[in-house]
Amino acid sequence: MNSIVKVIAMMVAVMVPAASLVAAETQATKKSMELKEVDSDANKVSTANVFNRLLKKPKQKNAPPPEDGIHDPDNEGSHVLQPPLVSYEGLPTTEFGNYVDWVQSLQKGFLNPRYDRVDPTVEALVMDLDIVREVKASMPDVIFPHKPHTQWLHCSNCHPKIFIPQKGANQINMSAILLGQKCGVCHGKVSFPITTLSCKKCHSKPKPDDWKPPLSSASVKNPWR
Amino acid sequence: MNIKRTMELLSRWLTLASFVGVVALFLPAPAQAEYADVVINNYADAAGMRPVVFPHWYHRIRFRCKVCHADLGFQFKAGGNKITMAKIIDGQFCGACHNGEISWSVENCGMCHSGVPGTPTQIHGSTVQRLVAPAYKSLGDGKPADAQDKPADKADAKPAK
Repeated sequence: MNSIVKVIAMMVAVMVPAASLVAAETQATKKSMELKEVDSDANKVSTANVFNRLLKKPKQKNAPPPEDGIHDPDNEGSHVLQPPLVSYEGLPTTEFGNYVDWVQSLQKGFLNPRYDRVDPTVEALVMDLDIVREVKASMPDVIFPHKPHTQWLHCSNCHPKIFIPQKGANQINMSAILLGQKCGVCHGKVSFPITTLSCKKCHSKPKPDDWKPPLSSASVKNPWR
Repeated sequence: MNIKRTMELLSRWLTLASFVGVVALFLPAPAQAEYADVVINNYADAAGMRPVVFPHWYHRIRFRCKVCHADLGFQFKAGGNKITMAKIIDGQFCGACHNGEISWSVENCGMCHSGVPGTPTQIHGSTVQRLVAPAYKSLGDGKPADAQDKPADKADAKPAK
């Protein structure tokens, strides 16, 4: 008798969370439960690896609006909206953000967005000036190229509200960028985010071979030196 | 005897069911919206409309950043522009293009107001939101949009750093 009660209690304990999980499941997770090879150019992933929830499956990238989790599928308008992949066909790809290389798309001529609201023939005011910011540690120096930025933005978008246009006047570090200041005003929101794959896009000037890390002030002031 | 056999089967079935339940916990997360989609929910919930989802990618194909963020006056802040339907119909902000001439007009409510109701104002996929969530407070406090534009609003519009 006692064991029957235990069994019933176990049944209830399992059914309630399982039922809530099943109710919360979406289309994507249901499809991935079928064991099949997901073949795509991006990554060949077998869905046997379902325990690795950090592994992004190809079909989850650039989902069409009714399935992307933010648009309401009960809304008629969501189904009229163009799916991103339709527009992204043929554009150069990257491994971060929304997986499209916007700068390359513009420079290679795949896209020609307007520089003026009404006039499609207005040329962009492009300035080609590289700013080199030295990194104190061993990461390659940062090269900030004005050219791709001025192809998209106007001077007033950054200067002087975000960046003071003077050498040495801007203190920038990775924490500030990750918290949405300085470079992080756009990078990490609309432009490509900071990921381990995107470090080299900014940190692109390696240190010279004879570079040594700077000594700490304690070492330099050491009275026994 | 019969009961004992039934019990064995039941307990075996239960371990299998609990195993499946544990597996379900590790299933991959649902599909993610497009990077840089801005959900704007300042006044929409109070007005009974779905929040607006602004897709940066669609506009980036057609316009450079300068057109909206320098010429039309959009600030680099989700929800920080205090856009109301009155301003749009008047030709400010979104209405500068969504007036039937450059792009479709505002009669297509569901194409902009397409978010899941209750989604807070955010830039989808933003690093700041994932590290220090949520980055932006909704400006609306439950009152309809007409009552929002008062001088007292300036106290709420602190930049979120």
